[in-house]
Amino acid sequence: MKKRLSLVAVAATLAGTLMTGNVLASILDDVKSRGHVQCGVTTGLPGFSQPDDKGNWTGIDVDTCRAVAAAVFGSADKVQFTPLTAKERFTALQSGEIDILSRNTTWTLTRDTSLGLNFTGTNYYDGQGFLVSKKLGVDNAEQLDGATVCIQAGTTTELNLADYFRTKDMKFNPLVFDTSEQTVSGFAAGRCDVLTSDRSQLAALRSKLEDPSSAIILPNIISKEPLGPVVRQGDDQWFNVVKWALFAQINAEELGVTQDNVVEMKSSENPEIQRLLGTTGDMGEKLGLPADFGFRIVQTVGNYGEMYDRNVGPDTPLGLDRGLNALWSNGGIMYAPPVR
Amino acid sequence: MSLPSELPPRQEIGVIGWVRKNLFSSWYNIVLTLVAAYLVVTSVGPLLNWVFLEATFTGETAADCSGEGACWLFIGQRLNFFIYGFYPDALQWRIDIMFGLLAVAFAPQFIERFPARKWFGIFGLTGLPLIGYILIPGGWFGLEEVPSSRWGGLMLTLILAYVGILAALPIGTVLALGRRSDMPIIRGLCVVFIEVWRAVPLITVLFMASVMLPLFLPDGVNFEKLMRALIGIILWQSAYMAEVVRGGLQAIPKGQYEAASALGLGYWRKTGLVILPQALTLVIPGIVNTFISLFKDTTLVLIIGLFDILGAVQSTITDPAWRNVTTEGYVFVAFCFWIFCFGMSRYSQNLERKLDTGHKS
Repeated sequence: MKKRLSLVAVAATLAGTLMTGNVLASILDDVKSRGHVQCGVTTGLPGFSQPDDKGNWTGIDVDTCRAVAAAVFGSADKVQFTPLTAKERFTALQSGEIDILSRNTTWTLTRDTSLGLNFTGTNYYDGQGFLVSKKLGVDNAEQLDGATVCIQAGTTTELNLADYFRTKDMKFNPLVFDTSEQTVSGFAAGRCDVLTSDRSQLAALRSKLEDPSSAIILPNIISKEPLGPVVRQGDDQWFNVVKWALFAQINAEELGVTQDNVVEMKSSENPEIQRLLGTTGDMGEKLGLPADFGFRIVQTVGNYGEMYDRNVGPDTPLGLDRGLNALWSNGGIMYAPPVR
Repeated sequence: MSLPSELPPRQEIGVIGWVRKNLFSSWYNIVLTLVAAYLVVTSVGPLLNWVFLEATFTGETAADCSGEGACWLFIGQRLNFFIYGFYPDALQWRIDIMFGLLAVAFAPQFIERFPARKWFGIFGLTGLPLIGYILIPGGWFGLEEVPSSRWGGLMLTLILAYVGILAALPIGTVLALGRRSDMPIIRGLCVVFIEVWRAVPLITVLFMASVMLPLFLPDGVNFEKLMRALIGIILWQSAYMAEVVRGGLQAIPKGQYEAASALGLGYWRKTGLVILPQALTLVIPGIVNTFISLFKDTTLVLIIGLFDILGAVQSTITDPAWRNVTTEGYVFVAFCFWIFCFGMSRYSQNLERKLDTGHKS
């Protein structure tokens, strides 16, 4: 009994501190005094966040965090990565264990509202697609009536698939697996005609086949999966910092500022570039960052296009075309508000 | 006068005799032997081919893995990551020292006549964890600090298992004694503790520690995920250990308790000098069994995103630069676990033989 009473007392004290202690500290100040950004990533997803040979994190989600670190500290290494499972990710952010969640997370209304989180933007526009065997002779998803489909259990993928086939008035047999590796083994063994997953992962899964050229990815995209970094609600300054770190990268690509030419670009006559790189104006100050935060980001991490090409672009094993992720001026939808 | 004794018939002795007696003694044994022989012949060949003959051991990049066999090159290239996780290269000597000390402390335990091997064992249980506590996280004596988020691989598996084992035994012993205590409050608390922790699966404990606990803690009181997982493992494991030790306590004849009391020993001396030494030696197989299962259970930290050796391997086998290396990765993990678990079980057999607790003689 005594034990239980003391537990209640402890819980009450904790609840008290929880209510009072929450409001004061600014995340940006915390990060500055701590000396690094805490970033939540996946436990290993090719192209997005995965440890390389030397145990360094690489990927587009990783670089998104590095850009924030570059903006705050001028160094892309001042990040500590916390690998998180899908179930843990939101708690880790809510509880303050991490400052940014950059973990291949789809921006949805529910997540944006009821979880107490804010999505700061989109660093990759993904969508669900289909991988089919060439032998099937199918070149469009609308020809898939009656197909057996390999899917991973418990994902939105499963729901999207059902929605898609229902609206097209087609039938399918789901073959459900626990992990994405198993779905690809099932597909390789010929147990299903079609494998469905986010398109960014289909390429990686295809490369695991004995003969990758025996399968093709259909052009159809059946869902919208805007993936982006997430921060806690209630700290607008930090929200802005994370948001504008990504916008700075996108603007840099649009203005032709790259990792290689960023130093020369500092003396550019273009006022937009000058504002981005901090040679004129006080853009950094408004965010609580150094004036040259844009310069630091591009210098250490590169612009959005460079980040994309390095991690998931055509020359990487994933080999993904820019598609939707091309700049708006190149036929994509990647668009950032102006730095002004 | 007697005839010299003849040798037994040739069919009864030697290789032929053995084969007849053990493999072909009846029709179903003949069938079983043939089936087993067929399986061995058909599986060993391809297996050897895959593991050794056609496997790729050397090379630089993923492209070198072109053979039909296993791609051990992948394991070789990632070995550093599988062993040390994200631990900084320049500081890995600290972990190497710990591995060395671990070997120094426990290798002598397998050699019967090693001088002062008891002291090596005691060092392994006291000095070693202390040195590890200073050396691995750093931050003392000018050693650079390495946050626990950078620990990983085999090293993390060993830390989890070692700390779990080391802390669970004393806590479990105390709980077992408490459960058999005459004092109702202490007994009640111990029973509740043991039954509650034993009634939940480890995976739930880890999940609570990683997902729920942070929500209850106030801002800023954010203690590390590894620490939370470790505390969960220790509490859970000590409940199991308590039941194993209780088994030993119950096996001690009542006469031992009474004899100890008759000698005028108080509770602590009675327990420490008479009861526990006998009880613990009785349950050595049970204790080691619990340790082995804990060692394997540590892989469950995977679900809370800690990179133990299995997590480290799983996170990299999806690397699209390499062809499908899933099997190689899992075989490597299985092999690592087998080495440690087999070592532990050999050691316990060794110990049992020496202490002769089976009452065979």
